[in-house]
Amino acid sequence: MNRAQRGAAGSRGLGTMEVKSKFGAEFRRFSLERSKPGKFEEFYGLLQHVHKIPNVDVLVGYTDIHGDLLPINNDDNYHKAVSTANPLLRIFIQRKEDADYSAFGTDTMTRKKNVLSNVLRPDNHKKKPHIVISMPQDFRPVSSIIDVDILPETHRRVRLYKYGTDKPLGFYIRDGSSVRVTPHGLEKVPGIFISRLVPGGLAQSTGLLAVNDEVLEVNGIEVSGKSLDQVTDMMIANSRNLIITVRPANQRNNVVRNSRTSGSSGQSTESSLPSSTPNILGSLLQGEEESDEEDIIIEDSGEPQQIPKATPASESIESLSQIELLHESTQNGFLPSSEMNLNHSTGSISTEYEAPEPGRKSLEEDGTIITL
Amino acid sequence: MRRFLRAGHDPVRERLKRDLFQFNKTVEHGFPHQPSALGYSPFLRLMAIGTRSGAIKLYGAPGVEFMGLHEENNTVMQIHFIPDQCQLVTLLDDNSLHLWSLKQHGGTSELREEHRFTLKGPPGSPPSATQVTAVLPHSSREVLYLGTESGNIFVVELPSFRVLEDRTITPEAVLQRIPEDNCNRRSCELVEALREHPKNPDQILIGYSRGLIVLWDLQNNKATHHFLGSQQLENLYWQRDGSKFVSCHYDGSYSQWPVSSDNRQSEPLENTVPYGPFPCKAISKIYWQTTKNGLPYIIFQGGMPRASYGDRHSISVIHGSQQTAFDFTSRVIDFFIIFSSDPAAEFDDPSALVVLAEEELVVIDLKSAGWPAVHPPYLASLHCSAITCSHHVSNIPLKLWERIISAGSKQNIHYSSMPWPIDGGTNIAPDPPQRDLLLTGHEDGTVRFWDASGVCLHLLYKLSTVRVFLTDADPNDNMNTLGDDEWPPLRKVGTFDPYSDDPRLGIQKIYLCKYSGYLAVAGTAGQVLVMELNDEDAEHVVDHAEADLLQDQEGYRWKGHEKLITRDGPVRFEAGFQPFVLVQCQPPAVVTSLALHSEWRLVAFGTSHGFGLFDHQQKRLVFVKCTLHPSDQLALEGPLSRVKSLKKSLRQSFRRIRRSRVSSRKRRGGGGNASEVQEANAKFDQDVLQEMELAPVQRKIEARSAEDSFTGFVRTLYFADTFLRDSSRHCPSLWAGTNGGTVYAFCLRVPPAERRMDEPVRAEQAKEIQLMHRAPVVGILVLDGRSTPLPEPLEVAHDLSKSPDMQGSHQLLVVSEEQFKVFTLPKVSSKLKLKLTALEGCRVRKVTVANFGSCKTDDYSENDLAVLTNLGDIQIISLPFLKLQIRYPCIRKEDVSGIASCVFTKYGQGFYLISPSEFERFSLSTKWLVEPRCIVDMPEVTTNNHVHKPGSENAARKSSPGDCGEDERKSGRLMEHALLNDEKVLKEIQSTLEGGR
Repeated sequence: MNRAQRGAAGSRGLGTMEVKSKFGAEFRRFSLERSKPGKFEEFYGLLQHVHKIPNVDVLVGYTDIHGDLLPINNDDNYHKAVSTANPLLRIFIQRKEDADYSAFGTDTMTRKKNVLSNVLRPDNHKKKPHIVISMPQDFRPVSSIIDVDILPETHRRVRLYKYGTDKPLGFYIRDGSSVRVTPHGLEKVPGIFISRLVPGGLAQSTGLLAVNDEVLEVNGIEVSGKSLDQVTDMMIANSRNLIITVRPANQRNNVVRNSRTSGSSGQSTESSLPSSTPNILGSLLQGEEESDEEDIIIEDSGEPQQIPKATPASESIESLSQIELLHESTQNGFLPSSEMNLNHSTGSISTEYEAPEPGRKSLEEDGTIITL
Repeated sequence: MRRFLRAGHDPVRERLKRDLFQFNKTVEHGFPHQPSALGYSPFLRLMAIGTRSGAIKLYGAPGVEFMGLHEENNTVMQIHFIPDQCQLVTLLDDNSLHLWSLKQHGGTSELREEHRFTLKGPPGSPPSATQVTAVLPHSSREVLYLGTESGNIFVVELPSFRVLEDRTITPEAVLQRIPEDNCNRRSCELVEALREHPKNPDQILIGYSRGLIVLWDLQNNKATHHFLGSQQLENLYWQRDGSKFVSCHYDGSYSQWPVSSDNRQSEPLENTVPYGPFPCKAISKIYWQTTKNGLPYIIFQGGMPRASYGDRHSISVIHGSQQTAFDFTSRVIDFFIIFSSDPAAEFDDPSALVVLAEEELVVIDLKSAGWPAVHPPYLASLHCSAITCSHHVSNIPLKLWERIISAGSKQNIHYSSMPWPIDGGTNIAPDPPQRDLLLTGHEDGTVRFWDASGVCLHLLYKLSTVRVFLTDADPNDNMNTLGDDEWPPLRKVGTFDPYSDDPRLGIQKIYLCKYSGYLAVAGTAGQVLVMELNDEDAEHVVDHAEADLLQDQEGYRWKGHEKLITRDGPVRFEAGFQPFVLVQCQPPAVVTSLALHSEWRLVAFGTSHGFGLFDHQQKRLVFVKCTLHPSDQLALEGPLSRVKSLKKSLRQSFRRIRRSRVSSRKRRGGGGNASEVQEANAKFDQDVLQEMELAPVQRKIEARSAEDSFTGFVRTLYFADTFLRDSSRHCPSLWAGTNGGTVYAFCLRVPPAERRMDEPVRAEQAKEIQLMHRAPVVGILVLDGRSTPLPEPLEVAHDLSKSPDMQGSHQLLVVSEEQFKVFTLPKVSSKLKLKLTALEGCRVRKVTVANFGSCKTDDYSENDLAVLTNLGDIQIISLPFLKLQIRYPCIRKEDVSGIASCVFTKYGQGFYLISPSEFERFSLSTKWLVEPRCIVDMPEVTTNNHVHKPGSENAARKSSPGDCGEDERKSGRLMEHALLNDEKVLKEIQSTLEGGR
């Protein structure tokens, strides 16, 4: 296979796309399937792999059709980059520690060419403190309104992230009663309400919850029929990632959507709520699984560390004994095949590099095929 | 929620679940809470107890129990058995009458309510007209006489409760026959007692409250005799032959009245104030029992001298020169005498006195010298000192069982050897499959051992830990040391004694090893006692050690109670469990967890400050670990400071209210007059009140942090032989879980048996797990390679359990109040979890591994977790996959003490307190079910074998021995005997005739 053939076949026939990646002074060329770009993590791993910089944290950028240098740091902008690249995807890789964040943005490429002017006016360059756009794992989740698209307008689902803040959650709940429209007419039913916000607490600082908001759900579970103490316990148990659905006392700030006819009555909201619950429940629980549960273990009074999930992969790194290694290799039936896959691709990459070391998980994990 | 739904789809599993699990509340053990009425049927030999909550319980031979509940939940005032029937009538405080009957159904008898009835007077009559005060079920079994407050006696037909208006005995009718000189309408107000003549069912004795007693002839509807007492009447009693009756009075006197055919207005034969001459309290009930030797037994309730002994709850028994006033520990509700129910017998010949006091049942043997008490096989007063904890041990080896019983029998020598006199019904429940012990710890420092194998919770043995310590109470200071010449001759009976001398003695944790007979008991003041079973009395020194749980933590001050002071020198212990080691925690906080490993000879204990391990073989403290968080001040200061602060805050808030009230008065009172000020004040008070009512209950939502108080509180301790360090070698280990969600694991080195005394036991901390949700850890468990919980110590050595699988990898199950989590071992990584609180808002209160057997096949059984939540639900969760199997509501969530007292057995049963004195037993298993199964057969109506003449109207109407308490001889029946030409019967007739004259 020579380069010209492959390039021609890639860009036209099979929908593959050429990638030219630059790290420091080195270039690497390889190809990606345009229709199945895979996930950003895989792409990131692949870049580290082809540049042989497996343990170096890097920032990834690409030049778009306008010549702007734009970052790639999640699936969305990665897919955007792949879909807009024509015919070649130019990738620029910087070490994270000496990354020049200002390099990103509009007109970056033209600016870059004007290096001289930058050098001449250094004060101008330093004036604006840049905003760091970091890797997804560096993101700190913040409290937000979520699921606006599936909830009735009168309801609001708020995700309160306690994680990483020293602020107290800071709110109180109480028993109360609310009026519902039922088939038998208006009925007074018991409900749970927010009774107080602690000044300076997370709940107050987000501005998403207010006194007298009625609590309808806690992490996807309806609170109707539950006692105040039960709801308290549920909220505290979920306090690391608390998602509460409320009917705000102040209904004037609701999101107005065009898709819905105006004036959704109490009845319609009530009836629409249960139907939407099962759909979102799964995603809520999913999200929760990832974010809470970081029990800490201290072994033999050493350094505390987070308890890993007992997946076969994590076990394989830890266990040293003979028995467990054997046990592990049988469990990891897919390991050899994925390695083969990689080896095969190795051959097709134009620049020379060695076969990947075993233990690089990011490429093995998922079944996304990366053709080169 | 989703995962629960998913769990229940496998039809095979669903079927299996039906074979394994089933929820039943089976039986209530202990003494009914707030008893209010007592009844007895000499015919059925059954006793009935009614309670203030409307429950009615029947007891016969051990194991024969029935229970019914009035829908109204009103106090049961009176219970009367219908003579010679499996029926009884109850009177509630709402004036309703209820007819209950025992019917056989599916091989067992059941107690069912048949009818209810409320007496209605003519329109416009006051409620007192029909307020029932006395009930007499007539021996004809057809009618019920109801005495009322108005003095009317209504007659109701049974079982329909139809009022026979023409037979009503009105006060007017009664007064017609009585000379008017000293009687008026008011003499006939309120019927106090109704008694049927023991020989002649056509005559009833009516006692009115003001002292008038009338003998009424039902056939002729007239008063044949009347007797005028000068005192307010309390009760009446016919003597056996019907020639005399006894009345007792409000002033503490009783009178004997002759009934003779010639004299219509009679004076009492005898009028006695037994505890005179100073004013006495009322005698509320009296029995006059005849005996062969001619000396009657006079048994009465009350009558004590008002000033000096008016507060005593007494029943006096007088027999010739013998006289004893039994002094009960609580108010006497009622009593009855068990005497010869054979209608042919000439004398009453009483055998036992049965007394229902408010807090216990006492039975006195009247046959044996000295009138000793009888040890009741049921209705034990669990709360004779308040229960502070309980512990259940299943399947006790026979050897240990016998040794405990023999130790207990030595404590019971003062009890009568009389067989239990209330022996009606037949227990047809199969013998309990195994011997189970329930141990209850009490506030007074005792541990009681109960036989919990069957329906009757029976006290086997009582252990006291008090002797180890020096306390203020002198053990010899009891009430029985009254001299012979004391008057009145009071004798304390009963065991109810709720007053603890020293709350520090209270028992908090119990652990019994059924194989070795080692018992560990821990208490309120940080004391841990290790005991050994010894069949002989012994005197020895208890080894004493102190465990400083604060270690190097400094600057803290314990403000709680002081530690208990031990007795120096050797202490004498009676046969049974004798302590040989005492460990006292410092600071002396309540022991919150306890574990004993009898094979390794180690005992672990934890308080709110930390935990320690003690080697009771070498009598050496192995290590202590402080679990306190530096900022946890509350735990350090002890419980008292908390109380103080509450008091302080209360005081402050009161002060605040007062201050604001004063200032408002000043403000408003400036211009107006007094009434205006008053009005304003009233308005202000109202406002304050309203404000207080309106203030809603709030709950703070806050993530748990390490700084929350009592995080160091050690909730659970667990010994396990498992892979703690590496997967090739297993070793003994100790696990501890705290209130703050921390699990500590210590690797132990226990020297082999031959060098056990020479080398010290060593411990080293191997792991510390901090659960991120920080909920209190309530249970720790290690599952072996087959995912089976590790066996108890010595279980394998006794061949009672398969040895654990040490080949496969072990798993660690940590149960917090909020989650169940399975981790791998030795490398701790989380494998599985089940969230409870986050999904349902309930928390784990109690958790145990229980073995469930299938009711269909003998060879299938599985281990599951039995869980009680703070909502009172019971859930069964499978092992090792943590799937919710089934859920039952069990205890009301408001019943906090019930939930706190719950204890599970190893085979899927459980107990919880429904009142301070009663355990409810429940079962989750289809296989292990202990419930009363009993049958009450109608005994042959007569005990002397005469033949009923089917045609004889007389026999059909009058063939019955007595109603509750009294028994009657029927002249009609006796005439039949004469026909039989029986010599014995002839004699009887003669005696009757003599008596009648």
